[in-house]
Amino acid sequence: MSTDSRTVPRAARLAPEVISTTGLTKVYPGTGGRRQGLKAVDGLDLSVRRGEIFGLLGPNGAGKTTTVGMLTTRVIPSSGVAEVNGVDVVAHPPQVKRCIGVVHQLNTLDRSLNAWENLYFHGRYYGMPAKAARQAADEQLERFRLSHRARSEVRTLSGGMARRLMVARAVLHRPAVLFLDEPTASLDPQSRLALWDILEEIRTEGQTILLTTHYMEEAEAFCDRVAIMDHGRILALDTPASLKRSVGNGKGTTSTVRAWLTRLRAEARSVEPELDGGDGPLDDPTVEAALLEVVAAADRLGLNLDDVRRGVTLETVFFELTGRDLRE
Amino acid sequence: MTTTVPIDAVPVESPSPRASWSAFRALLLRDLTVLDKDLKEFLPNTLMQPAMLVFVFTYVFPRIGQGIGGSGNVGRFSTLLLGGLVAQSIAFQGLFRVALPLARELDITNELEDRVLAPTHISVIAFEKIVAGALQGLFAGLIVFPVAAFLPSTPIYLRAHWSTLVIVTVLSCYASAALGLTIGTRIEARLVPILVGFVALPLGFFGAIFYTWDALTPIGWLKAAVLINPMLYMSEGFRAALSIGVVHMPLGAIIGALTAFSVLFTVLGIRGFKKRVLS
Repeated sequence: MSTDSRTVPRAARLAPEVISTTGLTKVYPGTGGRRQGLKAVDGLDLSVRRGEIFGLLGPNGAGKTTTVGMLTTRVIPSSGVAEVNGVDVVAHPPQVKRCIGVVHQLNTLDRSLNAWENLYFHGRYYGMPAKAARQAADEQLERFRLSHRARSEVRTLSGGMARRLMVARAVLHRPAVLFLDEPTASLDPQSRLALWDILEEIRTEGQTILLTTHYMEEAEAFCDRVAIMDHGRILALDTPASLKRSVGNGKGTTSTVRAWLTRLRAEARSVEPELDGGDGPLDDPTVEAALLEVVAAADRLGLNLDDVRRGVTLETVFFELTGRDLRE
Repeated sequence: MTTTVPIDAVPVESPSPRASWSAFRALLLRDLTVLDKDLKEFLPNTLMQPAMLVFVFTYVFPRIGQGIGGSGNVGRFSTLLLGGLVAQSIAFQGLFRVALPLARELDITNELEDRVLAPTHISVIAFEKIVAGALQGLFAGLIVFPVAAFLPSTPIYLRAHWSTLVIVTVLSCYASAALGLTIGTRIEARLVPILVGFVALPLGFFGAIFYTWDALTPIGWLKAAVLINPMLYMSEGFRAALSIGVVHMPLGAIIGALTAFSVLFTVLGIRGFKKRVLS
């Protein structure tokens, strides 16, 4: 695992630490239930700096949500230290809550209140005077394109609108760090796109974000750094590009290309590539040429290739590190 | 997008009772706003049962010769019923207005999340639930009082002992809401319907609404058993505070028991709340 300064974006390297954990561990005790005796998070060391977008990836049960739970004061660590904005999460939960915003994967809007009231009362919980909270609620609705639904009961909002309202609520009090737990889970493609537009806006304002997601392409496009978690531990932590390079260097890509070539060779002796892919990274022209050779060979054989992809995605890295076995 | 607000790190603040107090006030304001929205359900729900009981017990029964209310002393019965009805309204609304939404919010809808993340201690958030429930219980008691006092067609003998009335009212409202927190944090939402059978009915029927505790003397074991029912002390307390010529248990016992129940349910309720929202 690489956590040295080389992997941290330069701007973030200079910024103060907003999230810091040392040996953070959570063991679920208890007398029953599926989590009994489970080491959900196991000695986590994490450092997120101001302005950074940090992604936690991992299969179900990897410990992502428990990690977010501890950082947001809802799960009490079994051992280790966690600080948010320099405040210990165990010793001073109210101060930590003051400087975080949280968007859950489930709809946590207050159904007894309408959309505007959800924002207004949120502002009041954070100590805003009535007038400031009213103004903030109006502004957030406008900004998140929900003004036309201000007086709507929240149960009448679509999934996408509800999630936008949750983000609007989470950033209303201008938190030092925004936690997004599976922000686009169960949204349709259009709503996902709309939500990402908004998250991009928030990102450009310099908001520090820690997000968990299953969507590799989202993590790849959005995160400055990504930690891949499994069984409560971090398996890899780096920028998406570095993570992909690390796997591109390995056997995965070249062996796939070789396997294809072998198969094609067996079917038609005419294919005689000098290129075996070598052991270079994906960008290596040798691999690229090998892929072209595969396409050409398929063409000569009259085979239709449905899809030819070049490049390692974060998903490749993910499977490489966490395996392909079904978890549940 | 209308404005671009630079988002910056919020400075670390020292633990401030003022911040806790403002979060508490905002949470309370939220609950009272919800009560205001629910008023068209809250009012009939609160008034229906007392109004029917008053009608049947003090109008219908005396006219059809039903023996309820003692041997012909219907005035005395209306007088004792008043304390019981006010107590019952406070207890039921205080308890259920806390327990029912809580069971749903904790178990199914997750909608308590934003309030749990309010920048204050979890125990303050739990305590706010008690205060909000107590205020709703008080409101229920206030709207039921005129029904129980003026609707009976039989004479009613009242005299307010103000200090007793204030103490009994505050303790009854508080204890009911704290019981609501205790139950609401321990019951699964799908089991809520059994609250009627297992909580409301025993509380009501053995809570000395239709009879005084003293009247149970012929059934010694029952007279002892009902002492575990908090509503007993509320009914007796309101009789002590309002009624003339009705025997009630010693005031010290009433206030002592209601205080003890308040403390017990607060401890159990806050503990239950923490257990549900923290892991």
